[in-house]
Formats: sequence, structure tokens, C-alpha cells
Amino acid sequence: MGAGPALVSLTLNINGTDRVVDSDPDTPLIFVLRDELGLKGAKLGCGLEQCGCCAVLADGEVALSCATPAAVFEGKEIVTIEGIGARAMGAAVQDAFVAASAAQCGYCTAGLVVAVTGLLETNPAPTRDETAEALTPHLCRCGSHPRVFRAVEIAAAATDR
Amino acid sequence: MSLAAAPLVRDWLGVEGDRAVIRTGKVDFGQRITTALLRIACEELTLPPDRIRVAPVRTGAAPDEGITSGSNSVEQSGHALRCATATAREAAAALAAQELGLDPARLTLADGVFAAPGGANRIDLLPLIARLNPALAVNASAPASPRRAHDAPLAPRGLRAMVEGRYAFLQDLDMPGMWHARVVRPPHALARLKSLDPEAVTAVEETGQRVIRDGSFLAVAGPAEWPVLRASLRLARGCDWDLGEGLPEGSPFDRLDTDPAISLPVAPGGKPEKGSLPPPLDSFTHRLRVERPNTLHGSLGPSAALTVWEEDVLRITTHSQGIYPLRDSIADSLGLDPDTVEITHHPAAGCYGHNGADDAAFEAALVARALPGTPILLKWAREDEHAWEPAAPAMAIDLAARVKGGQITGWSGEARGDTHRGRPRPGPDRAGPQRLLANRFRIDPMAPYSGQPNMNRHGGLHRNLDPIYDFASRRLVKHLVPDGPIRSSALRCLGAVANVWAIESLVDQIAGETLQDPIAFRLAHLDDPRAITVLEGLRDSLGPAPEGRGIAYAQYKNAQTRCAIAVDLTVTDHAELRLDRIAIVADAGRIVDEDGLRAQLEGGALQGASWALYEEVRWDRDGMLTRDWDSYPVIRFDNIPEIAITLIDRPEDPSVGAGEASPPPTVAAIANAVHAATGLRLTRMPFTPDALQKAALEA
Ligand code: FES
Ligand code: FES
Repeated sequence: MGAGPALVSLTLNINGTDRVVDSDPDTPLIFVLRDELGLKGAKLGCGLEQCGCCAVLADGEVALSCATPAAVFEGKEIVTIEGIGARAMGAAVQDAFVAASAAQCGYCTAGLVVAVTGLLETNPAPTRDETAEALTPHLCRCGSHPRVFRAVEIAAAATDR
Repeated sequence: MSLAAAPLVRDWLGVEGDRAVIRTGKVDFGQRITTALLRIACEELTLPPDRIRVAPVRTGAAPDEGITSGSNSVEQSGHALRCATATAREAAAALAAQELGLDPARLTLADGVFAAPGGANRIDLLPLIARLNPALAVNASAPASPRRAHDAPLAPRGLRAMVEGRYAFLQDLDMPGMWHARVVRPPHALARLKSLDPEAVTAVEETGQRVIRDGSFLAVAGPAEWPVLRASLRLARGCDWDLGEGLPEGSPFDRLDTDPAISLPVAPGGKPEKGSLPPPLDSFTHRLRVERPNTLHGSLGPSAALTVWEEDVLRITTHSQGIYPLRDSIADSLGLDPDTVEITHHPAAGCYGHNGADDAAFEAALVARALPGTPILLKWAREDEHAWEPAAPAMAIDLAARVKGGQITGWSGEARGDTHRGRPRPGPDRAGPQRLLANRFRIDPMAPYSGQPNMNRHGGLHRNLDPIYDFASRRLVKHLVPDGPIRSSALRCLGAVANVWAIESLVDQIAGETLQDPIAFRLAHLDDPRAITVLEGLRDSLGPAPEGRGIAYAQYKNAQTRCAIAVDLTVTDHAELRLDRIAIVADAGRIVDEDGLRAQLEGGALQGASWALYEEVRWDRDGMLTRDWDSYPVIRFDNIPEIAITLIDRPEDPSVGAGEASPPPTVAAIANAVHAATGLRLTRMPFTPDALQKAALEA
């Protein structure tokens, strides 16, 4: 191998575990997740922060992983779709998506499950407008939106204590 | 059609241990055809879904069902599978009866077990099916099983895995030793690679990656995706392109009137004919022209393919909708025997027609050929998908009508546009290879495919050009205007979007001018009792009309699902359209998968709404201007209406396709709602704030 960019060592906390990777510091997080750590749940839809397919949680906030370098995520707690079910809210959201059949092709689904989990963890009973606003960064080309709205209601009701 | 190519029971049904295996040539891209087929097999064999496996759709093993399109899968594959499984069940019943020394009519079948009266003697169905004569032909009139009342809905395939991020799309596949690949694209389709800076090639190859060039086709491959992506950018900087004259500029609609066209009369009933055009409609009272721009499939996941060139076989995993036609087109392009090309379907993001899947498969084959033995996962970038997928053709529809005594008594409809037939499939003049993008750029470049008219009933441009209403006289013409400035092909609904929008706009306008209720006016021109039930159902389901309510009705291809739609919307102070509510009433015959049917109608309505409000492909001489989701916006969560669906089940009638039933009348109902709210008749999509303001100024 010849003159690739110099690699640096990064420590990323992913789904509760510290993972050390050697990476070109410009590499967006999604490529580290998918190709180096084998976590392929986050999808690459645009690489331009326009579609939401690649969403993860970073310190509880919804973050897009397709353009921001992995290095920026050092020191944050990253939760991917693979780890979201370990959170009470994440598991409830997953069940709600299934109950509402909230996917057609499913390419947008992982990002939406992450985003809805992030939304409900901060706002357990969002209005329809609040849900719409939170999910507007996410595209679904198959038109599963009405079912996603229903899934949000189901999950909110299931976790309402 | 499906049964003609695969006439035997074993083409469709096999047995593997204690499971049945069903085969189909139709592929699932989120429209849930697999779920519908599974349900049919469950019904006919009385087996639970976990005892039925759907075989992978692969050339050589799957029945050749051409292309998954046109909402034909339930009618074709579903019908064939229903007949095949019913034939097998009847033949197995005869065997069981023989063994038990009973009359087959006395046997009952439940949970995959035949039982004699009293239940003492029981025989399993599947071992009997395994013993059937392999030459047993499908009986195309085998009786369908009476359906069971309490079937629980089947979850769409893979849903649990999708919500957990475990569902592997084609883009997620991995193989030992697999490399990633990207294509370096020209600035536009007419550009040619003059030279490639050797330093750029060296810089890339020094990192252990490989540059693949065939004429102006340029790609890079390497072991990891991100470095390959960066290498593609490095290579792009080293390219010197001959830009030629650039892309033809100007309105895509004007050329439809001035460029050479192939014009054909279309007979009432929707079949084009050779011959002279009918004379123009005399003494018409109304006319309307509408224009629909090029639109994109815009799959959420950019196209991809996984390919490996092994010693004597080229293996391709693709999300193409037509594995056999693609196999033949790729084999022809590379001078291979089709038997040495094996194509397997694997799901990717929803595609809605002919997107980049086939082109990506061929490009991956070109890369794999240069790297024999190495599996290649080639992915398109977002920009590739937006700028290079085949778009839906721009269309213009010219209508004229004669109204007498409040009734439409004469009608003229003319549809203009480029081809919808860009899918690679064999044909004269190597039409298969011509329709694979990379063949335009290889060392012996092929001219792009020049569209030939689709002569099928309700085929392409003329899909739903024939109004569903019983107007006393009608003249219909299609004008195929080939060789347009950008490549066009099949996108969900084909010509039906523009045609239904045009017809329903003019019908709405005439109802308004003659002071008739839009639903009553349509009912007065319909005699199909099922259409009347659908429209009356819509009328009865609606609350009091808000200011911006639009109605539309259509039956897809005048033969499939009947669909009536009401859209309620509001126009904001900024001339934006806010969708408040969409009501849908539909009759798709016997309902197979109710939730899947609802999903298709709902998703279709939203895709139609997205076309209507937002979508338009744009370019200038330097290349495509719509290259991402900012320059080519689509509907988002902030404008999703409440959707109410009423289904009319017809257990005695055949199931018909529903995947394309709702978008055309949704577009039309939105246009009519805009008219109701503003008095403006918009005649060019998309209905953006700019379009509204422009129409208001011109009014
Ligand atoms: S892939 Fe990250 S937003 Fe589209
Ligand atoms: S389900 Fe296909 S993109 Fe959302």
C-alpha cells in the first residue's frame, strides 16, 4: 500500500462500548460504522445530510453520520440502530413501527426509528406538528409517513406513565 | 402470460422437507408482492406462512415473468401461483383419496393435512405434492380455495429486521475479499473523455486501488468504500472532458410540438393502431393543455450491484425489476452466452420503475471483468442517481371537448412525450445493450436507444388517455417524440399521471362551468356499477366541503383498480399548498393482503402529491441541475395530510393490481382543489408557489 492519508487512532463509544479504530481523520462516521465495525444498520442515502437515512444518537441527540467526520464524535455516547433496542424507548419505538407496519421498502426505517426514539426521549408526548418538525429532515420515498405518525402515537402511548 | 412461459406446477411449487417452496419471477421492492404471494399459497395449501419459503428470484431457477411492472404482479404471478397451488392441491387430494380408498370429495384439507370423515385417517399434503408427476401442467381454471375467514394479517417481509437495522439491503451485502467500486461520471451525457491525467491514476493506484477505463467509462475499485469514494473525486479532477455542444436547452414541452414525432391513432379501448389520424374534433366548446415535466424515481438508496466474474460464469446480484431481460442485455453487451450470466434479485430501496439498478449491474460487470475473481460491490452516489437515472418523460396533453345540454358529447385527447421504454431488454438493433447507460461511453460507443411506440393497450404515453367516461364520441392520438434531451423510461403509472390529470381537470372545469356537482357530474357519465359504487362511497364518506376540495376518479388502465379521491388543501399566504386530508375509496377486486393494499394506495397518493407539488428535473447545456434533494425537493413530513381509505372488497371478482391506482387521481384532485381554493387552473406541474403566483398574475 502506498501513500494513503495518514491514519489516526480514534476511540468511539458506540452502543455502550469503547471501540478503537484507525481511520483517516476525514472519514465520516457512517463509513467507520459500516465498514470498520460492521454496523450496517445506518444507511447511506445521500451523504449530504439531506435524507436522514444515516441517523444515530450522539449524547441523546439525533445526529446525521454521513458527512461529519468520525473524529467529531469522539467523547460522545453514540447509539446506532443496532443499539437502540437496548433503551426502553428504542424498544417501544421498534415495536410501534412493527405494530403500525410503518415501512414499505424499509430503507428509511432505521433512520426514522432512531429519530423517533430521540424525539420521544426528549418530548414524550409530541403533538403532530412537533413530530412533523422533528422528522422533516428524513425522507421516505415510499410514502410510509402516515404509518410513522401512527407509530409515534403508539410508542408515546405505550411509554406514557 | 406467466403460465405460458412456465406451464408446469413444479415451475411454481416445490417441497423441501416439511416446507413448501414457491417460486416467482416477480421481485419485491417494498410493494409487498412476496407477502401477497405467500398469502395466496397459504390459502390454497392451508399452510401457515412459516411452512412456506419464497425462493430467491434468480435466472435459471425462477419462472421468466419478464419485468415486475404495471401493477401486473398480482394478476400474473399471483394468478399463476394460485392456479399452480390449486392444481397441486387437487392432484394431491386424488392421491390421498386413492390411498384411503375414498372419494376425493369426502376429504377435507386443513393445516396441510387431508382427513377422512370422522378424522380417523389423515395424510399430509406436502409429501403427496412431492410425489406428483413432474410433468403435471398447471390447470388455469383450477378452483381457488374458499378463503378462510380469520386470517391474521401477514407482517410485511423483513419488517422486524428493518426496525432493528438487521435487514440487509443489496447495499449492505458483504463477501470475503469483496471490493467497492464507484463510477467517475462525465459532466453530462454527451461529454467524452479526452484525456485522463496519468498522475491522478498513479496517485490512486499507489494506494492499492484500481482504475478501470473503457473509452469514456471510468471507474475505480478498492478494498474499502470511503477511500474508493475519495479516489473517485481525485480521478474526476484528472479528467479532461470534451463537452461537445452540451445538452440541448429550451423548454422540454416546446420540442414536443416541433420535433419529429411518430403519431398514431388510439382506438377507444386504448389500443394504438397503424393508420391515418382521425380528423380533429369539430365544434368543440372547451380545450385544455397540461404539461408534466420529467420526474425522477428518486430511490432513497442509490443504485448498487454486487458482481463477481468467475472463471466461467458472471454472477450478478441486482435490484433490477427484470432479471431475464437484463441478463440477455448484459450478455449481448459483453459477447457472452446468456447461460454464463447468472442474475439474482436482492432487495434494495423502493424503485417505482426503471431506475439506476440495471445500469449499476452492468457497470459492476465491467469493473468485475477487469478484476476477475474479486467480488465487486458498485454503488452509485446520490448525485449519480439524481443526474443519471432514466427519468419519466416530459409530457403534454391536449384535450378538447364538446358540451351540449350539460353533457360531454364529444372528446379529443392527444398525448405527447418521449418513450417510457428505456428498460434494457432484447430487441432489434441490439436494443438491449443500447439501453444500458455505460454502452454509450465504452470504447465503441453505442447510440442511445431511440424510442419505438408501445402498441399495447394502455401501454405508455396513452395509458389512461381514453377517458373512463361514456362520452358519445372520442378521438385519441398518441405522439411519440423520441430522442429527447435526456434519457427517459418507465416510472410508476407511465402516461396515466398526465392523462388522468388532464381528463379530470377538464371534466372538473366543465362541471363547474355548468354548475354541476363534481361527483354527480362524473356519475352522470359512468355506467360501470363498480365505478358508481366507488364514487358514491367517496361522496358518502366526505364531511362538509372546505374551500379547497378537489375530486378525481380513475380506473388504472381502465381495467384495474377503481379509485376515487378527494383532496382537501389550504393555500397559505406564501402561495404554498398545505395538504390537509386525502380521502380514498378503492375497489381492487378480491382483496389479497389488505394492509399491503392500503399501504400501496396511501404511499401512491403521497408520491403523486410529491410529483404534483415539488418535482421537476432541470438541466442546462452544462449538465443536470437537479443533483440532490435540495435541487430536486420531494414531499417531507411537514406536509403529510391525514389519509382516510375505504376499501370495497369483491371476493367474487379477480384481484387486480393497485400499486399505481392512486397517484394519477391524487395529482388530479390536488389540481382541482387548487382551482376550488383559488379559481386558478394550473396546467403545468409542479404546483409550486412560483407557479401559483405566475398563474395568478396571468389570470
Ligand atoms: S445519508 Fe445522511 S442524511 Fe442522507
Ligand atoms: S419505506 Fe421506502 S423509503 Fe421509506
